[in-house]
Amino acid sequence: MSFGVVMLCHTALDRAAQVARHWAANGCPVVIHLDRRVPEAQRAALAAALSDLPDVRFSARVPCEWGTFSLVQATNIAATQLLASFPQVGHVLLASGACLPIRPVAELQAHLGAHPDTDFIESVTTADVGWTIGGLNKERFTLRFPFSWKKQRRLFDRYVVLQRRLGVQRRIPAGLVPHLGSQWWCLTRRSLQAILSHPDRPRLDRYFRRVWIPDESYFQTLVRQVSTRIESRSLTLCKFDFQGRPHVFYDDHLHLLRQSDAFVARKIWPQADLLYRTFLTELPERRAAPNPAKIDRLFAKAVERRTRGRPGLFMQSRFPTRARGGNRAAATYGVFQGFAQLFPDFHPWLARATGARVHGHLFAPDRVEFAENERVFTGGLSNSAALRDYNPGSFLTNLVWNTRGETQCFQFGPADVQDVTRFIAGDSNARVFIISGAFAVPLWRSARPAAAVRAEAARLQKIEADLIARLDHPEAKANVRIWSLAEFVENPAEPLMQLLDDLNPRGSHRDVDLPPMIPLLGFGAFLQDLRNQGMHPVLMGDFPIDFGSKSAPSPLLRLK
Amino acid sequence: MGRLPHACPVGELPDPGRGPAALWQALRLRIRRRTLLARALRRRRQLTALCDRTAAIRPGDILCFLCLRNEAQRLPFLLDHHRGLGVRHFLVVDNASSDGSDSLLRDQTDVSLWQTGASYKAARFGMDWLTWLMLRHGHGHWCLTLDADEILVYPHWQTRPLPALTDWLDRQGQPSLGALTLDLYPDGPISQARHAAGDDPTRILRWFDGGNYQVQVQPRLRNLWIQGGARARAFFAEAPRRAPTLNKIPLVRWHWRYAYVNSTHALLPPRLNQVYATDGGELTSGVLLHTKFLPGIIDRSAEEKARGEHFADGAQYASYYDRLIRDPVLHSPASSRYTGWRQLEALGLMSRGGWV
Repeated sequence: MSFGVVMLCHTALDRAAQVARHWAANGCPVVIHLDRRVPEAQRAALAAALSDLPDVRFSARVPCEWGTFSLVQATNIAATQLLASFPQVGHVLLASGACLPIRPVAELQAHLGAHPDTDFIESVTTADVGWTIGGLNKERFTLRFPFSWKKQRRLFDRYVVLQRRLGVQRRIPAGLVPHLGSQWWCLTRRSLQAILSHPDRPRLDRYFRRVWIPDESYFQTLVRQVSTRIESRSLTLCKFDFQGRPHVFYDDHLHLLRQSDAFVARKIWPQADLLYRTFLTELPERRAAPNPAKIDRLFAKAVERRTRGRPGLFMQSRFPTRARGGNRAAATYGVFQGFAQLFPDFHPWLARATGARVHGHLFAPDRVEFAENERVFTGGLSNSAALRDYNPGSFLTNLVWNTRGETQCFQFGPADVQDVTRFIAGDSNARVFIISGAFAVPLWRSARPAAAVRAEAARLQKIEADLIARLDHPEAKANVRIWSLAEFVENPAEPLMQLLDDLNPRGSHRDVDLPPMIPLLGFGAFLQDLRNQGMHPVLMGDFPIDFGSKSAPSPLLRLK
Repeated sequence: MGRLPHACPVGELPDPGRGPAALWQALRLRIRRRTLLARALRRRRQLTALCDRTAAIRPGDILCFLCLRNEAQRLPFLLDHHRGLGVRHFLVVDNASSDGSDSLLRDQTDVSLWQTGASYKAARFGMDWLTWLMLRHGHGHWCLTLDADEILVYPHWQTRPLPALTDWLDRQGQPSLGALTLDLYPDGPISQARHAAGDDPTRILRWFDGGNYQVQVQPRLRNLWIQGGARARAFFAEAPRRAPTLNKIPLVRWHWRYAYVNSTHALLPPRLNQVYATDGGELTSGVLLHTKFLPGIIDRSAEEKARGEHFADGAQYASYYDRLIRDPVLHSPASSRYTGWRQLEALGLMSRGGWV
């Protein structure tokens, strides 16, 4: 017993001829159905190229259009001819002109010989398929599709919507349970004969004429009525992109195809010389161990790259709107406001405790204070303030993208350029920590009189209040923690541990020294002075006038 | 509808407008496109055909359009590379070369050559001439429009020639391919590198900036506006708005009604500019390796500064030329060394999209 091949061809006929010759040379009779729309000259060339092979025949031709019954019709014509002309054929493999056998024909022969009664056809009930595009599963069988999906897409879509709204449905013929599956199958002579000579075939054909993409449902449905043993998987490797179009295999897929457990692959790019040369001449021992999961993973990743992309990347072919991740950096990053004012050693402490890269004020007005004072940072980011301010969102997303794998932290403050805060507030990857009112500490330490710094203090307070309002906005997505200065100094250990947890939830930093805090004795009086000058310092909270005089918390406290 | 902003940064792209204002805008763009085509028709008289082999063009051939001046140094590699990718015919406008570029081109069997001595700047930096040639010969073909110092690479380019790429784009319904111009530079002063005509320029221009590109979208044409890279860092740190535009759309399935607006940065009709996905996914894109910083650039900058043919407002760019003439070092400790397209893809400078 051998098997025969039905080939549906319409382009790249030289490749189709090459493959047909390969099948025939290995003892498999072939019947080729050539699309009626192929010009006569090309048909003649194909026929001439195969004229020396008695076991390669040509069937009658119908014009084929994707998604219509013509493909089923073509298959039926060719399969009938194949069964009638070659009585020795036990199985029939349906292939296209762009299919290429990727395992030796003898292996397929042996496989089919070992399973003489099995139909290899993917056949899944409509309720269970997850792969159809456009949400049309069951509806392929119950709606009408008079318009071409390719040429009259708008009409097609609208007519579907209209039918859904009106609730009109075609009746599925009694006894038929709709199944879907890959159009590339390998059926036994018995099953195929039973389908082709089905007593009800004229009526069924009439019904399937109006089903959408019947080549993915005709045999898949009917085989359930006639078969004794179905193995619901296709022997043909065929991968689809996210719009349901088949992927094409190129020369660089050679190694991948060698790992497939399928016998035939579709579609092969016609100019893939290496693939054709290799698989049509190769000896069986060159094959790698089958690893079909790897192929699945690769193509699943391709779909993901096309539909979801790499979050936090903004480039020439990815520029998402705000709703689709346009306001998101690639990884979490920490924004610290007010800490360096209280802890002179905050940078080294934070770097030690989190393992993160800790920058200074990245948005300082005069220059970008990269960690280690670098002039050009990873990826070529310049420390020029003008370049940064030209597009601060890009600057920040670039910084985070360039350093994937390492958390970035930077200081921020009301004296910095504020344009980037709109981006930060909307970014769910931002971890913002603010000690509100801490901007006044350097003013106090400058030892200038309150009257002289009053205006500056009021300006900074206004900026900080605006930032806090922006972060509090219901649409803000940043992860924000704000302590007033008074609240913070009461127990600095707690917030510091909190921020380590937020930045590195799985880290174990239970045994970290706290950084020494500057003594704040006299700061309360300074605030009172500001009040006396007519300013209203609110962001510091209720800071006690006599803070630090007797019962200040020890900043060198060690956590247990 | 309020006035559209000039450019929208990351995350702020508005939806395309609707209603009468959008219609009015579309009408204005249509007029603009027709004006561009009319200009190209007028300026075709400036071109003299030196050798016209366009009769050899077959349906489905991929065509390459070039406008150049004194590029004998770069041409051999440029032609080889793109010929190897599957370009079947080059249509070249030579703007009064004096270094033998014209005879070099004339000797190639797959080149059609036109010559003109007219002003490059007045011809919209050569685009009027190319628009005419594309209108005349490009219709229905995938057309690659390049500068002589650009080398196209894209995902899998060594194993999948351009017809594979255009076939994929056709099947995706993507009529144009976006590419980032990536400035390559040597590791020392520019003048120190040694380069002979025909050499692979990436062997001496081995470095580039990996991640300092600022991305915006201009909502009128919905085209990208990407700036940054080594030139912005080294020459435009104080005036970033004036830094060169790096996004290009070099490969388009051409229709005679199309027109490039501004070099190959943007086209009309505007839908061709949509080379980026806005749903979070990635489309397939490439990179134009920019070989501007070969040693000859220093003399050339002095000459171009004097000719003033390269920028609409040449005086603004005098300091740019001055810095180039001073033989700068573009390399920095943060530079990345070019190893191939997989590296560029991993860095996010191009994407294979769904093309595996």
